[in-house]
Amino acid sequence: MELTKEEKEMLEGKKGNAVKKSMEILVALGEIFGAEKLIDVKSVQIAGVSYDNLGDAGLEFLEEMAKDGKVKVFTTLNPAGMDLENWKELGISEEFAVKQKMVIDAFAKMGVLTTCTCTPYFVGNKPSLGEHIAWSESSAVAFANSVLGARTNREGGPSALAAALTGKTPEYGYHLDEKRKPVVTVEVKTELRNVVDFGALGFVIGKRIGNKVSFIKGIPKASIEELKSFGASIATYGGTALYHMEGITPEKAEEAEERIEVNAEDIEDAKKELSDGSEVDFVAIGCPHCSIKEMERLAELLKGKKVKKETWIAVARPVKEEAEKKGWVKVIEESGAKFAADTCFVVAPIKGRFKCMATDSAKGVFYARGKNKFKTVIAPVEKLIEIATS
Amino acid sequence: MELKGRKIFGGRGEGKAIVSSEGISFYGGVDPDTGIVAEAGHPLEGKSIAGKILVFPQGKGSTVGSYTMYRLKKNGKAPIAIINKECDTIVAVGAIISGIPCVDKIDIEKIRDGVKVKVDADKAVIEVSE
Repeated sequence: MELTKEEKEMLEGKKGNAVKKSMEILVALGEIFGAEKLIDVKSVQIAGVSYDNLGDAGLEFLEEMAKDGKVKVFTTLNPAGMDLENWKELGISEEFAVKQKMVIDAFAKMGVLTTCTCTPYFVGNKPSLGEHIAWSESSAVAFANSVLGARTNREGGPSALAAALTGKTPEYGYHLDEKRKPVVTVEVKTELRNVVDFGALGFVIGKRIGNKVSFIKGIPKASIEELKSFGASIATYGGTALYHMEGITPEKAEEAEERIEVNAEDIEDAKKELSDGSEVDFVAIGCPHCSIKEMERLAELLKGKKVKKETWIAVARPVKEEAEKKGWVKVIEESGAKFAADTCFVVAPIKGRFKCMATDSAKGVFYARGKNKFKTVIAPVEKLIEIATS
Repeated sequence: MELKGRKIFGGRGEGKAIVSSEGISFYGGVDPDTGIVAEAGHPLEGKSIAGKILVFPQGKGSTVGSYTMYRLKKNGKAPIAIINKECDTIVAVGAIISGIPCVDKIDIEKIRDGVKVKVDADKAVIEVSE
């Protein structure tokens, strides 16, 4: 890989230890994937924030990098393992809370905005068409590449941090035009009614085509919430970083020769596969984090009702604050539902705490089963509130 | 026998090879406190990778695996060096942040489990005892 004079100095350690370590990561990745050079990025989203995943060693690594590392570009953060204010009510231990706060402090010291959300695009980190970025968090990567038309590979926590501390990423994969072209066309031959249907579609396509770039036809319209759900699901089940949707996503793309079809039966089968429980004791909404529109809908549905089951609503703190101004937070809290801002039911340390989780998120189902050992029910939000309040 | 590969992260080390024919997922697949492979059904299940020359085709699974490698190193349970067929992002980043010598593009089928291996990752060369 060709490095500029400045980049060579960064690699040699002339700009400090954190920059040196970061350059070692970026150059090694560039060599492995055949990049010719490093390119500048406009923004970064960092995953690997929950202390549940990092442990003490991960925390030490971040503190080491924070000694002399400072972000060079606008950088936001994935959800933490707990609500940074409301953690006690969510049943998080004091010991965990102390360590989690140390993780957040290390990121803050490096100049990372501690947004703690998987939906950075709702809180000001919203890249434009064609912009190069370096994001981790698979659902956000799918959203940025596809819905916004920005350009990023699926970064891991350390490689995203390395990009933040240098402002650079190796030029390979989804940064290049030829890697963004569809290689399979998907014809959707059924009507999709809500975020659950879109999540089921992501499940079906992801399982069938894996991480291939697709050109999806036959969807007349899709809301931001539906695209958020679809991208999270296709990324979870297929490892997908980028899809094109005819008439909906902004990047110019052409149909590919290889074709697959998705019909009504596929969607129904997927929804059956995503539900394997019945005795719900936990209702979880907001994977990825709720939009402001979803907050309004929850307030409408919960007004004057009381939840009888543990109910969590995961959301970015600024979106919650916006909803607070509208009076929706008060209405929701009066129902007994709890907010899980800064965190979510995927990364919080809740393994084995519940038996069966109901959610509207296909991605949420995957982690509820694998990481947390819950059974699952998937249903649209109206049905979820019915379950929660009965 | 000397084999030449590609340097992922420099350094040198010598030890007994532990060879896996399957990929390794460090996150969830290896216990960061003991270095014992925990993945059910994995060829190395129940065996420790600590203090060995770890030979496997490539990494798999969650990107959090890089942090698991770092945890192993800090706990004194990391392998001395890693030899891959085709190194992937997770293992490469894990080796770099943990300071574990790592070489790839090696024909790993030529390395038998338990033999002595000398790794010079700076030169991307490994020496396998017959």
